[in-house]
Amino acid sequence: MTSNTLKLNFGPQHPAAHGVMRLIMEMDGEVVVGLDPHIGLLHRGTEKLAEIKPFNHSIGYMDRMDYVSMMCCEHPYILAIEKLLDVTPPIRAQYIRVMFDEITRILNHLLWLGCHGLDIGAMALFLYCFREREDLLDCYEAVSGARMHATYYRPGGVYRDLPDSMPKYKANKYISEKKVKKLNYNRDGSLLDFIKDFTDRFPSHVDEYETLLTDNRIWKQRTVDIGIVTPERAIELGFTGAMLRGSGIAWDLRRKQPYEVYNELDFKIPVGVNGDCYDRYLVRVEEMRQSNLIIQQCIQWLEDNPGPVMIDNNKLATPKRSSMKHDMESLIYHFKLFTEGYSVPEGNVYTAIEHPKGEFGVFLMSDGANKPYRLKIRAPSFPHLAAISEMSKGHMLADVVSIIGTLDVVFGEIDR
Amino acid sequence: MDNQTLISCLKVKLIGFDIQYSESNDSVTIEVNKTNLIEICKILKAESSFLFNMLIDVCAIDYLAYGDADWKTLDATNTGFSRAVKKTIIPDPDEHYDEKRFGIFYQLLSIENNIRLSISTFTGSDNPPTIDSVNGLWNSANWFEREAFDLMGIHFKGHPDLRRILTDYGFIGHPFRKDFPTNGNLEVIYDDDQEKVIYKPVSITTRPGVPRIIRKDK
Repeated sequence: MTSNTLKLNFGPQHPAAHGVMRLIMEMDGEVVVGLDPHIGLLHRGTEKLAEIKPFNHSIGYMDRMDYVSMMCCEHPYILAIEKLLDVTPPIRAQYIRVMFDEITRILNHLLWLGCHGLDIGAMALFLYCFREREDLLDCYEAVSGARMHATYYRPGGVYRDLPDSMPKYKANKYISEKKVKKLNYNRDGSLLDFIKDFTDRFPSHVDEYETLLTDNRIWKQRTVDIGIVTPERAIELGFTGAMLRGSGIAWDLRRKQPYEVYNELDFKIPVGVNGDCYDRYLVRVEEMRQSNLIIQQCIQWLEDNPGPVMIDNNKLATPKRSSMKHDMESLIYHFKLFTEGYSVPEGNVYTAIEHPKGEFGVFLMSDGANKPYRLKIRAPSFPHLAAISEMSKGHMLADVVSIIGTLDVVFGEIDR
Repeated sequence: MDNQTLISCLKVKLIGFDIQYSESNDSVTIEVNKTNLIEICKILKAESSFLFNMLIDVCAIDYLAYGDADWKTLDATNTGFSRAVKKTIIPDPDEHYDEKRFGIFYQLLSIENNIRLSISTFTGSDNPPTIDSVNGLWNSANWFEREAFDLMGIHFKGHPDLRRILTDYGFIGHPFRKDFPTNGNLEVIYDDDQEKVIYKPVSITTRPGVPRIIRKDK
């Protein structure tokens, strides 16, 4: 440290830090010469907690990893258990999972776009993004009962089939009948009809966001040539997802190592050229459009193919309430499942999915018990944030905010 | 490249090293000796048929309680169920660890060849458990190794900046070890008399909600 540099503390409570992150910055005037992130302020020891709970009890904790893309965090954990148990969910459940993964991707990218915009001065965008997010959170609520922390995926399928009706707004002394009718216009049919209505209008909303940003002079000044990562460095630093694709590498687990039914769906993988914040912005916006296409294909399939959404194995799946009234076996299975859970064969497995932020992986080791022996979550943002120091060096203080935004960090998964 | 081809390819390129190959749950794992780790990793990264250029994850494992169960299930009909009462394990700071106490799993990915591989190794009886850092080969190891150091107490030789990363400033112990209680050792409260935030020993005890049961029947 030379005598004319200044140490500056950023966070841990700062609106642009996207959570609780503390940065110790070494500044030369307004230029960053050194940067040391301090993380762990949201460390809850989820992996340790999972060791004292039966497998199913930790699904809800997975939602709280990356709390803006909830179901995508459940997914690799469920896949890991299924792989150790060697069970395959029904095809309808796989389509439902893919559809909700893509809904989640849009949810995540909308939040990212809104907050990233807000951080660097595009206030209006935040409100538009949250308007669309609200509809998608209603889908979460309709299917699982919870707006955010769904606990919807289960080993062997999903918790229940898609509902036939959507919850509706009701009139009260503050909201008139006329207004309620307007609010409920797309809620008369099933959940699938509601999502279909969303996918029909969503591309025009993305166009709206793009008119606000893509050719906006201020937006470009804040993002073009900021935080450049070369493809070689991106690989070296363990980047995945949009961070890797922004640097020009067409790597997407949905296409390269397909899981569930992704190999039957048609979609494109957008890639960037320069590896700067602007390219990563373009990649993520295009990903939203592609996700929308995938959702449309899933809706089509799900409308045509009714069927079971959970495997028919009472060691994993709860027996029907009606069969428990007269069938002793069902009663026993129900009791064992809720008091002891199920034992998973000895072994270890690493499963990964293409989470909105990158590769979200779960390393699961079982010693044959009804609880995991060791669970390790590989959070995509963890290596991304590790690179912030390299990406920020030589940039101005204000650019650090752009870089935090483009990393798309969420501290639930980094700190675990 | 399918798993069998990968294993036979590995056997050719890694001839001369003491390696156990295994294939389970659709993935290939090689168990290597920690003294050869860096050499093997160098080959895996540089060899054109592998090109494992990305280190996806580093996971440290404490095998202390592997296979322990709260309830006996096999001879239970003769003796009755044992109770799920937790034994307290007090770690001895100078103990020499069992050869297979601490293990590390590295997950590798090759973008060019689209293959995955996991490497497992044990740190041996060293106290503190020590292993060579792979940060020189893959820079993504930097924080992964810091995390393994913080939570599991594994020392990575040659790591440029081995500091705690996730736990609190001034934290004592390595919380993900099996001899570290899930409740922790200290709790933080605001003390009215001293008018400040203080640390004191935890006032709660571990109570297993659901006993840990190992069943071999499928």
